[in-house]
Amino acid sequence: MSGPADPVTGGAGEDAGGARGGAPGGPPAPPADASPPPGPVSRVRALARAAGVPRLVIGFFLIVLFAIAVATRMDVPGLLTDSLARIARNGLLVLALLPAIRGGLGLNFGLPLGIVCGLTGCVVSLNAGMKGWAGLGAAALIGLLLSIPVGWGYGAILNRTRGQEMMVGTYLGFAAVSGMSIFWLLAPFHNPQLVWALGGIGLRTTLSLSGAYDKLLDRFLAFEIAGISVPTGTLLLFAGFCALTALFFRTRWGITIAAARANPRFARAAGISYTATRTQAAILSTALGALGIVVFAQSYGFVQLYTAPLYMAFPAVACLLIGGATVSNATVLHVIVGTVLFQSILTVALPVTSQVVQGDISETARLVIQNGMILYALTRREKR
Amino acid sequence: MAAATPIGCGRGAAVSCIGAGVRIVTCTSVYHPRVTAPVLELRAIAKRYEGNPVLKGVSLTAAAGEIHALVGENGAGKSTLMNILFGMPVIRETGGYEGEILLDGKPARFDSPQQAMAAGLGMVHQEFMLLPGFAVAENIKLNREPTRRGLLSRVAGRKLETLDRARMGADTRAALDRVGLSIDEWALVAGLPVGHLQFVEIAREVDRSRARVVIFDEPTAVLTESEAREMLRVMRDLARGGLAILFITHRLDEIFEVASRITVLRDGEVVATLDPARTSAVHVAELMVGRPAKVAAAHVVQTHGADAPAPVLSVRDLAVAMPGERVDGVTLELRRGEILGIGGLAGQGKTGIANGIMGLYPATGSVAVEGRPLPLGDPRAAIRAGLAFVSEDRRGVGLLLDESIELNMVLTALEVQGRFLRKFPISGLRLANRKAVRAHAQAMIRRLDVRCTGPAQQVRRLSGGNQQKVCLARAMTQEPRILLVSEPTRGIDVGAKARVLEVLTELHLAGVSLIITSSELVELRSICDRIAIVHAGRIAAVLPPDAPDAAFGLAMAGEQDLAS
Amino acid sequence: MSLASRARAGAAHHSVPILFATLCLAGALVAHIKPSFLASEMLLRFSRNGLLVLSLLVPILAGLGLNFGIVIGAMAGQIAAILVVYWGGSGIGGLGAAALLATPIAIVFGLATGMIFNRAKGREMVSGLIAGFLANGLYQIVFLFMIGSIIPFHSPSMVLPQGYGLRNTVDLTSIQYAMDDLVPLKVAIEGSAVRVPVATLALIGLFGIFNLWFLRTKLGQELRAMGQDPHVAAIAGIPVERNRLIATILSTVLAAWGQLLFLQNLGTLNTYNSHEQVGMFSIAALLVSGATVTRATVPQAFLGTILFHTLFVVSPLAGKALAGDAQIGEYFRVFVAYGVITAALVLHAWRKERE
Repeated sequence: MSGPADPVTGGAGEDAGGARGGAPGGPPAPPADASPPPGPVSRVRALARAAGVPRLVIGFFLIVLFAIAVATRMDVPGLLTDSLARIARNGLLVLALLPAIRGGLGLNFGLPLGIVCGLTGCVVSLNAGMKGWAGLGAAALIGLLLSIPVGWGYGAILNRTRGQEMMVGTYLGFAAVSGMSIFWLLAPFHNPQLVWALGGIGLRTTLSLSGAYDKLLDRFLAFEIAGISVPTGTLLLFAGFCALTALFFRTRWGITIAAARANPRFARAAGISYTATRTQAAILSTALGALGIVVFAQSYGFVQLYTAPLYMAFPAVACLLIGGATVSNATVLHVIVGTVLFQSILTVALPVTSQVVQGDISETARLVIQNGMILYALTRREKR
Repeated sequence: MAAATPIGCGRGAAVSCIGAGVRIVTCTSVYHPRVTAPVLELRAIAKRYEGNPVLKGVSLTAAAGEIHALVGENGAGKSTLMNILFGMPVIRETGGYEGEILLDGKPARFDSPQQAMAAGLGMVHQEFMLLPGFAVAENIKLNREPTRRGLLSRVAGRKLETLDRARMGADTRAALDRVGLSIDEWALVAGLPVGHLQFVEIAREVDRSRARVVIFDEPTAVLTESEAREMLRVMRDLARGGLAILFITHRLDEIFEVASRITVLRDGEVVATLDPARTSAVHVAELMVGRPAKVAAAHVVQTHGADAPAPVLSVRDLAVAMPGERVDGVTLELRRGEILGIGGLAGQGKTGIANGIMGLYPATGSVAVEGRPLPLGDPRAAIRAGLAFVSEDRRGVGLLLDESIELNMVLTALEVQGRFLRKFPISGLRLANRKAVRAHAQAMIRRLDVRCTGPAQQVRRLSGGNQQKVCLARAMTQEPRILLVSEPTRGIDVGAKARVLEVLTELHLAGVSLIITSSELVELRSICDRIAIVHAGRIAAVLPPDAPDAAFGLAMAGEQDLAS
Repeated sequence: MSLASRARAGAAHHSVPILFATLCLAGALVAHIKPSFLASEMLLRFSRNGLLVLSLLVPILAGLGLNFGIVIGAMAGQIAAILVVYWGGSGIGGLGAAALLATPIAIVFGLATGMIFNRAKGREMVSGLIAGFLANGLYQIVFLFMIGSIIPFHSPSMVLPQGYGLRNTVDLTSIQYAMDDLVPLKVAIEGSAVRVPVATLALIGLFGIFNLWFLRTKLGQELRAMGQDPHVAAIAGIPVERNRLIATILSTVLAAWGQLLFLQNLGTLNTYNSHEQVGMFSIAALLVSGATVTRATVPQAFLGTILFHTLFVVSPLAGKALAGDAQIGEYFRVFVAYGVITAALVLHAWRKERE
């Protein structure tokens, strides 16, 4: 319907002549002259600006809450133990969002798709009565294997729905969780420890992992320091995956995926298919999600089925955004910082505030912080 | 020139053109523009985008009853001029403009398209501004619908008045009749053939009660020949009816059919204002593209043994579906070690050739590299066969603006050729060798004299010229045997221009075969061994750089017989 | 076109509602549901939810897509209901007061939501969804913690024993059936007396007519233009951003009134849950009729409401009859709701991609 595209200036205005309605691109600033080294005050200010308002605000609140805890002689080591446990528990799920953002899929609200793959892995391994490392490994492996075709299909759908990935992912995730709920009710699992006592068909809502692989990773190489229990195994796993992910984006494959997102036309000129890289990103994200929920379950001690995974993407997304990521860019550092900040504040808020306020304000606070953060990221006018 | 009143030429009058041969150019004889004060006058309009002058003092007028053609290459400033005239917000957002617009002798300033339209300006856009789900009448009356006052509107305001569909239909019928379109005024625009859409746009402008000036922006670009003829007829009728018409196009044959005055725009300046009766298509073509080549004569480079060697790239019947630059069957050969230039006017297809060879747009025909056939539509295969490409669209296709200079430079070599990677059994997981990348980038920065703060600087921050150097560096990093460069010096400063041309010559001397596609004929004539001129998607002529100016002009205007 | 091919084309075009009607029918047969029960339920649920579904139409027209933010409008209605009951209102007077009170609250909420939409162009739906979650959190803060403590509230029947926080359920019998029974009518179907909420149905019908009339106004035309191509509309001088705010406000206010109609029928208010699924269910109901993210009409709104809520009733009963477990039916209807919305979103994005 439109007239001939401007081939020389690419339709979007060059230095000579702007196209109708479109301003030419960013400022071709002259090379920076050498400026005097920044003084301490301006350096702090620059750091603050780089940190971003959300991180500062939440960091501030965290410090305030801890200060109150210390002042009211609460069990601070206990709080720190719980915080560490929650950080380790959620870390991998937050990391799972990274390939999706870097691959150009935006915030992966379809994380529940990967989560149900992992849950299926857990259920199968439990049903077979597997315990210990074998059970954990089997759960992870099955989840991983399932996540590949699921991620591939997810990527295929996202490729046909460009521009609406977040919405489509959200509702795909919801539909998948509620579809799986029917599956859990009807599935051919018969291990008496897993199914309802009456009738013998249909999995229970929550399956206990005690005796199987409850806290297996958490307790691996665990140690205590100053009264704080450190879930070493899980933390090591999280750190390991963080390192692997950071390294991945410096490999040929990772660079290709990121470049394709940055400029699909550029990628096309180098023979790279943006569709293929997006699908690969979807598979990676779904696979990490499957692993993430297995790690989560072993740390939590329970496998939560039915409607539990419905809203699990949102806290993970909030963690990432709080860490400083945006809808189009995220790094491993954002994952780590965000998970630490958000999970800590959630852990600490309830005990500290329950001294003053009755009722679970931490749950409400979580809703507000989490969704406020996501909304802020969605409505930001990003600098181009 | 501008003050002279154009005289309509008699039907069938012969106009001799420069060079051999006489060509009949017909003008409509019935057309006698009245001598009136201009309705619209632009005085010394200037505009800069971020310090780069895009319009450098353009003055022109439009009188009632006349069709004033505005011609220029893409990038000459036509779009910017129209954006200013029409009050597009992008102008205000990027620093406004200098100069004056006068309507009926009184200064006017338009800050929004609505203001411009209210004052009597109308524009028939290149991209149709129509709503497909609305009927013709609803489109024509968009935001100007006649309404009836009702109960609720007395309370809640004008916005809740009901639309007076009867009057809408009647007004639309009148406008459509004026334009000669017989379609049902309540037909949905979505169901109309593309050719009709342009006329609906015109009808919309004509329906405005105060329309004085109508700007036609490349109106025949998507029309068939017969539709285009209809369009020109409508234009003549409207002019006869008293409207002043500005006709933006680069189709020279159309101009000579209807225009009573021609203004040639180049690089943001008015190069000439001509009476069509006293000029020719060839002359206009020359003016659009460059200064007469007398200046360049001194730079003709010596061809070094380029007549014997076998073709390193041969193209046969190449047709490329690149929007706006269609190629319709091009056959040419690139000899080893030569610099082949491809020139021609915008929209004629010259840019499509390199893009088609590199596989960026669907293409048919055959291409062979060193005798081996190259699959079309496969950029990876082209790169692996030793071709490298610097695109004309450097910001759109050529760069990752938010990434570093060094990454941009090595990317294609890294991804396609697997270079700059550390060893690892799985090729996809090989880590980038940062040290090698950095060292290479620094060497390139030195060689190309890229003005930057370092290899890690974001490419977005560089000036146009330096960005172009980065694009060139990326192509050079691939160590190609054949380099295709499109518009190497478009829109970059003089210093960068010189360096880029120097580097291309160095590559040439080092044995790389080059195809340079450019709108700057002067530049091509200064470094190429041979120059192919493209017109209407085919090769019109292949000329040596020191061929007479007229030969180039004729080929570009399509007046030359097709040379195979 | 022959009758047969026309019938086939018609069936293809209306495939979604036909599929649903078939599902409902099949489920009803399997569960041996009495037609009188079905009829009364359909009537009941239509009158309860009709206005809520209607409130979705204007944003779709204006190009804002599915307004997941109607939850925020529902909250405005709830706040008004709580206040009216607190102040002892009752009957149609109380309901009217609630409607009057809800309006300015909904306007403010709608304005905020509209501003969010304007800042998140291209992402309106997901932003509306998240804004709804956020609003829910803020609502909880006010009603769980601030009522009775920071906001003085003296009603032991409504406030939790700890002195602050609203109870989980608020009794609305004082305004129950205020609208429904305004024109009392009971019809006997197969022996049981079925309440026909004449006034409510009339009100819903009125709003339907209002919607149709609105399309023929200047503002309606502007919204229609924006919904097709905001760029063209802007060039023509239509104040796109301002109109998006107006469209959102209209939708939010209608949702507030819709929630009031819902509550006056139900008779109780689940303080923290009533509004939660409003968005999802209303949107699913609209989509079930074959409406899309860019096109929805009044007849579709009505048809969808009937179909969806019928499925809602039939599904658990069918589940119980088929598999002995009503739970399956409940999961199934939620799955259907999610599935329908997913399909609509995918189709919408797919079509947009192809342009």
